[in-house]
Amino acid sequence: MEYISLQNIGLVTGFLLILTGLYGALTNKNILRIIVSFTIFDAGLNLVIVALSYMKGRVAPIIDKTTGIHHLSDKFVDPVPQALVLTSIVIGVGVTGVMLTYALKMFKTRQSLDIKDFKETKW
Amino acid sequence: MGTIILAIILSLIMIFMAVAALLVRRVRTAVLASGILSLIASILYLLLAAPDVAMTEAAIGSGLTTIIFFYVINKIRRSDV
Amino acid sequence: MYKNLFIIVILAGLGILLGRFLLTHHENTSLPELPAYYTDNADHEVGAANVVTAVVVTYRGFDTLGEVTILFVAASLIAMFLKNGLVRKERDPRPSSVILSTAQKLLFPLIVLFGVYVFANGHLTPGGGFQGGAIIATGFLLLLMANPQAEFKHGLFNSIESISGISYVVIGILGAILGLGFLDNRFLPLGHLGRLFSAGAIPVIYSLIGLKVGAELSNILHHLNEVQNEE
Repeated sequence: MEYISLQNIGLVTGFLLILTGLYGALTNKNILRIIVSFTIFDAGLNLVIVALSYMKGRVAPIIDKTTGIHHLSDKFVDPVPQALVLTSIVIGVGVTGVMLTYALKMFKTRQSLDIKDFKETKW
Repeated sequence: MGTIILAIILSLIMIFMAVAALLVRRVRTAVLASGILSLIASILYLLLAAPDVAMTEAAIGSGLTTIIFFYVINKIRRSDV
Repeated sequence: MYKNLFIIVILAGLGILLGRFLLTHHENTSLPELPAYYTDNADHEVGAANVVTAVVVTYRGFDTLGEVTILFVAASLIAMFLKNGLVRKERDPRPSSVILSTAQKLLFPLIVLFGVYVFANGHLTPGGGFQGGAIIATGFLLLLMANPQAEFKHGLFNSIESISGISYVVIGILGAILGLGFLDNRFLPLGHLGRLFSAGAIPVIYSLIGLKVGAELSNILHHLNEVQNEE
């Protein structure tokens, strides 16, 4: 029963979201559904990285009166993965915006949202 | 013990929303499911002692991504008619 | 049908790899060496009370510069692709309801004020430039929802974004000229821990990033709104 810790719950949920997002991106034909699957994949990936930074019994890395300023490395969770995930979420929204603009342009040329109709780069 | 039960309930809701986004018939519902997934993930980040990440995910993942999707879906639907 | 089988085999393989990682993974009992250095020295080297802010802006400041660049490129791409809407058709939307217009007039200044508060206090409480910028963009989204024919001053937003970006790089180079290192925040005084004017140049850097991200995301939303009006 000591396997059910908060970090393990986060890791398992994140891995299942990654697999679901990849399956959706590989199987769907509607291009908007592919982009939704990529959003799910991003959410799962960020959850895995933040779950790896958690340690049991420690608090968030903000210094205030209750934590003091001595022996901080015994009281805080890991702040480095949180900084990386901050960057990753913002980049995710930028890439989603560019993907959606491309989808809009593709729809304007061919009037279809099915990726089987766009065969120019297939050989 | 209470936080672990809450985390399990939130995880089950997240996985249910992800599977629903794959299986529903309309694209609008899939986009809404991914928006709810980002919101619940933001609560889970708060349980994992990451308040900065929770604020960022709630503002950007659940707010702006969903609304950008809906702008594009509206434009596509309008061009057909 | 074979393609589906192939996909399932690949995903099962990936699942087995992830499962093996899960089985042999132990939680850390003490912080590794680099995060221990960051948490121990964030209060007297950097002067910020929020350790994640200290890591993002000063210890890993170059990655933040890369992120700002990626956002800039994404916003430019979206603006370039959606720009040929010169044929402005007059569409006739239903007038928005009284509740929405009144609430928008009341809430828009408060939302922008809250966004400015979040990025100005990024070194003391959870928050920072990216969160504050997203909140400001949400305020502009409320404005666009209430009256879709709103006119935006494109020149103002573009110049805010460009000037903030250039000032961020100039602050970094200023740190290098004064002999401290690129994007070092110690050329302004560090002050007391926990006050608003402390932590050197971190409030200045985060304010610039907050304005830049807010202007960029509002520009993206306005271009997507303009696309609904064309042809």
